[in-house]
Amino acid sequence: MRRYVIRRLAQAAGVLWAAYTLSFLVLDYLPGDPVSAMAGAGMDSSAIDPARLEELKGQYGFDKPVLVQYVDYLGSALRGDFGDSVSTGRPVTSVIADALPQTLQLTGAALLLATLLGGGLALVATYTSQRWLRQALLSLPSLGVSIPTFWVGLMIVQLFSFRLRLFPAFGNDGLRGLVLPAVTLAVPTGAMVAQVLAKSLLTALDEPYVQTARAKGAGRARVHLGHALRNASLPALTVIGLLVGQLMANAVVIETVFARNGLGRITAAAVSVQDLPVVQGVVVFGALVFVLVNLVVDLIYPLLDPRVVVAATVRRSPA
Amino acid sequence: MTDHGTDSQDRPGSRDGASPDGASTAGADSIPTDGHDGDHDGDHAGAGLLAIRGLSVSYRTRTGPLPAVQGVDLDVEPGEIVALVGESGSGKSTLAHAIVGLLPAGGHIDAGSVRFGGRDLATLSERELRAIRGARIGLVPQDPTVSLNPVKRIGVQVAEVLRIHRLATRRSAPLEAVALLERAGLAEPEIRARQYPHELSGGMRQRALIAIAIAAQPKMIIADEPTSALDVTVQRLILDHIQHLADELGTAVLLVTHDLGVAADRARRIAVMSQGRIVESGPTAQILDSPRDPYTQRLLRSAPSLALIRAIPPARTAPPARTAPPARTAPPAHAVPRARTSPSAAAEPSGAAERPLVVVDNLVKEFPLPRTAGGSARTLRAVSDVSFTVNRGETLALVGESGSGKSTTARLVLRLVDPTAGRIVLDGDDVTAARGARLRRLRRQAQIIYQNPYASLDPRFSIKEVITEPLRAFGVGDRASRTARARDLLDRVALPASVLERRPAELSGGQRQRVAIARALALAPQLVVCDEPVSALDASVQAQVLELLAELQADTGVAYLFISHDLAVVRQIAHRVAVMRAGQIVETGPTDDLFTSPRHDYTRALLEAIPRWSQQRQAASPGDGKPTGIGGRHT
Repeated sequence: MRRYVIRRLAQAAGVLWAAYTLSFLVLDYLPGDPVSAMAGAGMDSSAIDPARLEELKGQYGFDKPVLVQYVDYLGSALRGDFGDSVSTGRPVTSVIADALPQTLQLTGAALLLATLLGGGLALVATYTSQRWLRQALLSLPSLGVSIPTFWVGLMIVQLFSFRLRLFPAFGNDGLRGLVLPAVTLAVPTGAMVAQVLAKSLLTALDEPYVQTARAKGAGRARVHLGHALRNASLPALTVIGLLVGQLMANAVVIETVFARNGLGRITAAAVSVQDLPVVQGVVVFGALVFVLVNLVVDLIYPLLDPRVVVAATVRRSPA
Repeated sequence: MTDHGTDSQDRPGSRDGASPDGASTAGADSIPTDGHDGDHDGDHAGAGLLAIRGLSVSYRTRTGPLPAVQGVDLDVEPGEIVALVGESGSGKSTLAHAIVGLLPAGGHIDAGSVRFGGRDLATLSERELRAIRGARIGLVPQDPTVSLNPVKRIGVQVAEVLRIHRLATRRSAPLEAVALLERAGLAEPEIRARQYPHELSGGMRQRALIAIAIAAQPKMIIADEPTSALDVTVQRLILDHIQHLADELGTAVLLVTHDLGVAADRARRIAVMSQGRIVESGPTAQILDSPRDPYTQRLLRSAPSLALIRAIPPARTAPPARTAPPARTAPPAHAVPRARTSPSAAAEPSGAAERPLVVVDNLVKEFPLPRTAGGSARTLRAVSDVSFTVNRGETLALVGESGSGKSTTARLVLRLVDPTAGRIVLDGDDVTAARGARLRRLRRQAQIIYQNPYASLDPRFSIKEVITEPLRAFGVGDRASRTARARDLLDRVALPASVLERRPAELSGGQRQRVAIARALALAPQLVVCDEPVSALDASVQAQVLELLAELQADTGVAYLFISHDLAVVRQIAHRVAVMRAGQIVETGPTDDLFTSPRHDYTRALLEAIPRWSQQRQAASPGDGKPTGIGGRHT
């Protein structure tokens, strides 16, 4: 078990390095450099003293060869120093740390909502014996997946903020401000959870062991919750792990739509001004979260299904 | 099949003597025997435990209702074992499940009554049925490997019945579960109760399911093919135990089975089902010795475990490889495809006939096992030092139970799995480590027929595409000649050319397996590995497919490596038999010698696991243990 976790953490380090390198290469390939972009912002670039520009570039290391830049930045990243933001001059780590709580609240609330609503919908849809209700409920997830997030956001804001005036449309103020963006973010995620869980619940309910349970005299609720759900939860858990990545990506849109200060907003802003250190910091941080969440998911598997041996080193099982 | 007078006379006597209430037997038997006039028998219902009258069940399909059970009458008296026998699709499982209201989706009881203990189960609500299921009627399902919840401990699953019916408290249920597991014949029940299903063998799981079925001391147990997914030696133990428990607890058993041999061994009465109707029912001895219905007679002839006493074609007794190929009676026309693939065909009669087609030397296959906590890497030796030869035109059967390594051995020979050690020689060519072009040549010379024709044909392919795929893969011929070849092959496996454009789903299991055989023969291989080719098929279809295989061998001179767990099947097809156990071949010999004078204890155990009834018949048959003497009468 410990050996497995250590191996997985080593793999995680590899993933982080790859994410760092890839983002570095992509950003380096983009035309222009952050110093010129920053200097050009809001004023006439010809007014800038070229010598001053060179000095700034030298300060940030942009005048060195790419490879040297890469090694320099990687070296300090390993020490936890992702450099300073080009646009604000603050350390990248503190920029991320400041924005993190807002985003964690948002994505955490959205993940919880998605799991509860999506899982609940799947349970009710597969439990009900009313054909029309089942059909209606099972058609909702595909709708939720196919509608663009920003559109859902705008509609929800229109309805609940402007018409009903229940929740604030913008800003970061407390729990009330969290409701609309979290719901918006949870819609596509919850829809996917519902799709996968409903499918695997229906599959599980067809399994012979369910027949055995019914032959024992078990009622519908016992069969559904006591036998089918745990067997069906594995695929749903896998999807939830993968959806964390999607949540972080969607947070960029949602935080922009709802004007919330968070990692998403920072990312969007940093990309538009080519604030290289911040973008890289966010990418590596996102990869870290993703890798850790999926490690946790893998560690939960054996708790749900005793057949899953976490430390398995078997390449091919006997025929 | 009625020419076994001596033995049929002492059968009923011994059976009645063994039954606890011999006196009432005759009376009980007479009720269902002449019982298709449902209304008349209606008032009998109170006397018996279960009285089904005029039961009809249908399934809703897109094309309208599909009747599965039609006007069935069936009685079960308290404490007796009644066997419901029929082939797949006969409606026997539907009938069994309809009793407790556990029909699959779309199933519906259209008419009739199911009187059990004074109530008509067919009219009860789902809630009322729940109080019956598990408490009054227990169910032992078909396939123990998938019938236990994989994520719950065995003990919890047994205790659940007691908890549902409030027969035990949260505290006492786990202890009672252990006692029940012990009663079901599981050794170390305390440990078993804490284990998960995947940690138990199939036989142990079926015992756990039996523990669940008997937990509430029901009046009746419905056992739906309780052993068909188990190894033969385990089958017998499980059936023994069910019978023992039924006697001990006075529980009635409705034993649903496709195997007339099993029914004959266990049941006091037999009801034979075909196409949704009970075509014949009566005391076991009567059904076996003087079957009135033609279907019963046919079933008796083809019952797998009874097949041992069937005639075996004389040609099977001597491997044709010993006779030179020209002596083979194959018409020249059929020999053509064979000559096409082996350039050495002309030289074959002189020297090649002496050389075995397949030589396997000290084959070993090890699989790595998961590391245990703190332990070093372990391996599972699936195949251990296996050596054998297969001659041209010969059938060598590899017999063994699941986990014996027989399938792995077959896959090694085909190089679908790489051996850990040893040597495989095909037609004088050492293919142990063959790669690239040489491996492709092996693929062309050796083909495989899989166990499950429902899974081994691509559902999206037409039959023509299925059969011509190997030809396309090897670039043989053009489109027209491949189609002609497919038509020719279909003809050889006795299927009409009209199926060429159809999809596998439109064919029956037996027809699909014929298609699989045609595909295997498409490249005119020298060796075909048959991995349990008939075990997914009904008994009567089994016999036809085995005959087809034998005919094709006589025509084309192909050699078979025939993997099977079923000795009866092996006896019909194989020239020589190798018995495998725990990765090793424990005994090899000509089929007849092995069956008449087995040397190894394990071979004897396998032979003994065949239902006793047919063994007695075999012993009593003229020629005494030389069933080939009946000879030549095979259909």
